[in-house]
Amino acid sequence: MNLLDIFKRRGSAPVARERLQLLLAYERRSRNQPDLVSVLREEIMAVIARHVQVDQDFLQVSMDHGETTSRLEIDIQIPNKVAMPMAAAF
Amino acid sequence: MGKVVVVTSGKGGVGKTTSTAALGAAVAKTGKRVALVDFDVGLRNLDLIMGAERRVVFDIVNVIQGTAKLSQALIRDKRLETLFLLPASQTRDKDALTEEGVADVIDKLRSVFDYVFCDSPAGIERGAQLAMRFADEAVIVTNPEVSSVRDSDRIIGLLDSRTMKAEQGESIAKHVLVTRYDAARAARGEMLSIDDVLEILSTPLLGIIPESQDVLRASNVGAPVTLSENTNPAARAYIDAARRLEGEDLPVILPFERRGLLDRLLGRRAA
Ligand SMILES: Nc1ncnc2c1ncn2[C@@H]1O[C@H](COP(=O)(O)OP(=O)(O)O)[C@@H](O)[C@H]1O
Ligand SMILES: [Mg+2]
Repeated sequence: MNLLDIFKRRGSAPVARERLQLLLAYERRSRNQPDLVSVLREEIMAVIARHVQVDQDFLQVSMDHGETTSRLEIDIQIPNKVAMPMAAAF
Repeated sequence: MGKVVVVTSGKGGVGKTTSTAALGAAVAKTGKRVALVDFDVGLRNLDLIMGAERRVVFDIVNVIQGTAKLSQALIRDKRLETLFLLPASQTRDKDALTEEGVADVIDKLRSVFDYVFCDSPAGIERGAQLAMRFADEAVIVTNPEVSSVRDSDRIIGLLDSRTMKAEQGESIAKHVLVTRYDAARAARGEMLSIDDVLEILSTPLLGIIPESQDVLRASNVGAPVTLSENTNPAARAYIDAARRLEGEDLPVILPFERRGLLDRLLGRRAA
């Protein structure tokens, strides 16, 4: 326990408040909706699958809920060698 | 093959989630690969305590239902690269977890991680039983208080009868972790003593975690206390408990009321 701790002590409640507000705003919104992230993920995957075959292993999905917007990152590795089914028709 | 440790108690609010995060981070800090699994389906909180709540995309139910791969659902801690979290879902469907599904997830985790900590929901029903089902060891979180000790006793009964190990005729290693220990109240004789608790439960002691403001502060900022405040008494007690869990033979020291000069001047009691 030192002087620094005393100053630090005051700091944590506002952080907690902010984290909760962010999280709850997001959770309340999604409570009455289908899970937007999984809907997006599935539809995006379906679109990609129409053109190339990707294994689930090469799909990374990450999320960051922000204050006014959320960021959904989808990182898909598409093998170079695989011919696109569309292209094969020509 | 990794070790599966369930953190359980029967009673709610005794410190299971706090202890899962603190013990898991303490073990991961030694370089061991650690996965924390939140079994509190419907009321997940381990993500919040770990500061990962904004990064949850998939959860254990997605993995069991096959809509996500385990590797996609595991969230890597931003501070410790050996520490991972598998979040619970927020679904209200209590039967979202199946025994086969959980078996499969635990098997996979066990093959990749050195330690798998399962944060149990409160109660003695299905959720709590699934959390302990495949455990090799159990940390029974107990507050030195009558109802908590009674509930721990019931949980010990379940650990000895409803776990896979018990059904195969082996016994699951059990440890009592006394949390929220208030040295001042103990000194005044207002709390069950550690000896009372251990005698009643006849289970060895893993550690004594003092009641501490550091724990609250750690959850406020979303960092396990063993990472954010690692010199404070509660953090040190968790770090020692983690070392005992790994088999080290460390004496348990009873927390005492620490009043430094500065604390006295400020009329404040240390944790
Ligand atoms: N050693 C401690 N000192 C002070 N507060 C604590 C301590 N351990 C846990 N708590 C608090 O007790 C409450 C319940 O803890 P939690 O870990 O969520 O319990 P559980 O998972 O068993 O329901 C939380 O508010 C937590 O911050
Ligand atoms: Mg909990």
